[in-house]
Amino acid sequence: MAPSASQESGLSAVPSYEEEQSQARFDALIGKDSRVEPRDWMPEAYRKTLTRQVSQHAHSEIIGMQPEANWITRAPSLKRKSILMAKVQDEAGHGLYLYSAAETLGTSRDELNDQLLTGRAKYSSIFNYTARSWADMGAIGWLVDGAAIANQVPLCRASYGPYGRAMVRICKEESFHQRQGFEILLALSRGTEAQKKMAQDAINRFYEPSLMMFGPPDDQSPNSQQSMAWNIKRFSNDELRQRFVGMIAEQVKVLGMTLPDPELHFDEEKKQWIHKDLNWDEFMNVIKGNGPANSQRLERRREAHREGAWVREAASAYAAKQAQSEVA
Amino acid sequence: MSQQNNWPLWEVFVRSSRGLSHVHAGSLHAPDAQMAVRNARDLYTRRNEGVSLWVVKSSDIISSDPDEKDSFFESPQGKDYRHATYYKASEGVKHL
Repeated sequence: MAPSASQESGLSAVPSYEEEQSQARFDALIGKDSRVEPRDWMPEAYRKTLTRQVSQHAHSEIIGMQPEANWITRAPSLKRKSILMAKVQDEAGHGLYLYSAAETLGTSRDELNDQLLTGRAKYSSIFNYTARSWADMGAIGWLVDGAAIANQVPLCRASYGPYGRAMVRICKEESFHQRQGFEILLALSRGTEAQKKMAQDAINRFYEPSLMMFGPPDDQSPNSQQSMAWNIKRFSNDELRQRFVGMIAEQVKVLGMTLPDPELHFDEEKKQWIHKDLNWDEFMNVIKGNGPANSQRLERRREAHREGAWVREAASAYAAKQAQSEVA
Repeated sequence: MSQQNNWPLWEVFVRSSRGLSHVHAGSLHAPDAQMAVRNARDLYTRRNEGVSLWVVKSSDIISSDPDEKDSFFESPQGKDYRHATYYKASEGVKHL
């Protein structure tokens, strides 16, 4: 039998005594639902999974600034503009909290940033849909941020300490995002026929993509089980989707609008919500980069990074000069 | 593709109100201390979370060794008599 690559490089496939001890300590931490901190030993696969998840989450916050930033100048009042600016600023902040958490796993900020700019990293596919009308700001806040919150609340208890702590901060701030979105729709729902139509149209377009934010159905989500065994994920994709669709089915009544899903009902026997089949082919297609706004979003991010280069250079040069004069 | 900054990492501590300690809030990258303080204000006090900030270069923090955790913190274990709850005989005595 030919020697494997790991044997050739001198790495043994059989774990050493130290590795076994470390693995046992890690397993014990997870077993008693405690937290793993940056300097603890952790399995490589755990580190990799978390780095991918946390950095994708960070990228999503950064790209997620764009659909709403585009509407700041067109928001219908000064108050609405201020609110949107605060929301976009929060998203930048959330991205930064998450990048910090990802960095504690051993990948530098510059490398993470590079992964996004070169298109090697993924971000939430929801941001590859365009925001066409003012009502979309409402639907995004209510449905997209709502789905994000349903996803994120259990992540506050993720087994990796820095991730959980970042999520606690994010969830606290995120709750205003959903409310402000709902109130935009509420204002439109009490307006003219045209405004009502605009609100219903936005709900129609964001309903299905927001349900898909929870990820593929459980039987098609192979990584979920491992993430749940590691206490990163606390509930399955379908469980979270159920919880969310149940909430919005009630909330939409307050708006006097409807969800674009004639099949949606609560099955008393199965004790679960039945919704229409979601278009997973479209989901996969958007993830692959063929959504309505994939290239536009990434190009805008690259442009912003290029345009900020002189600011970063100036700040670095100033810091270097100050450091020099301190020495002198 | 992107030019690398390698700006140092800073740990941020926020005092939420007078009379309370500064508490660790998170970290950020900045080219120098002054920028770190300003970024910390924008990042960690957008909702009146603080009245004072500290920033410390992460590389300047010295911490205990996580591998020695058990032996390092062993001493107080089994010394219940350091807590008021250890003393049961006086239970029920007022103002004690």
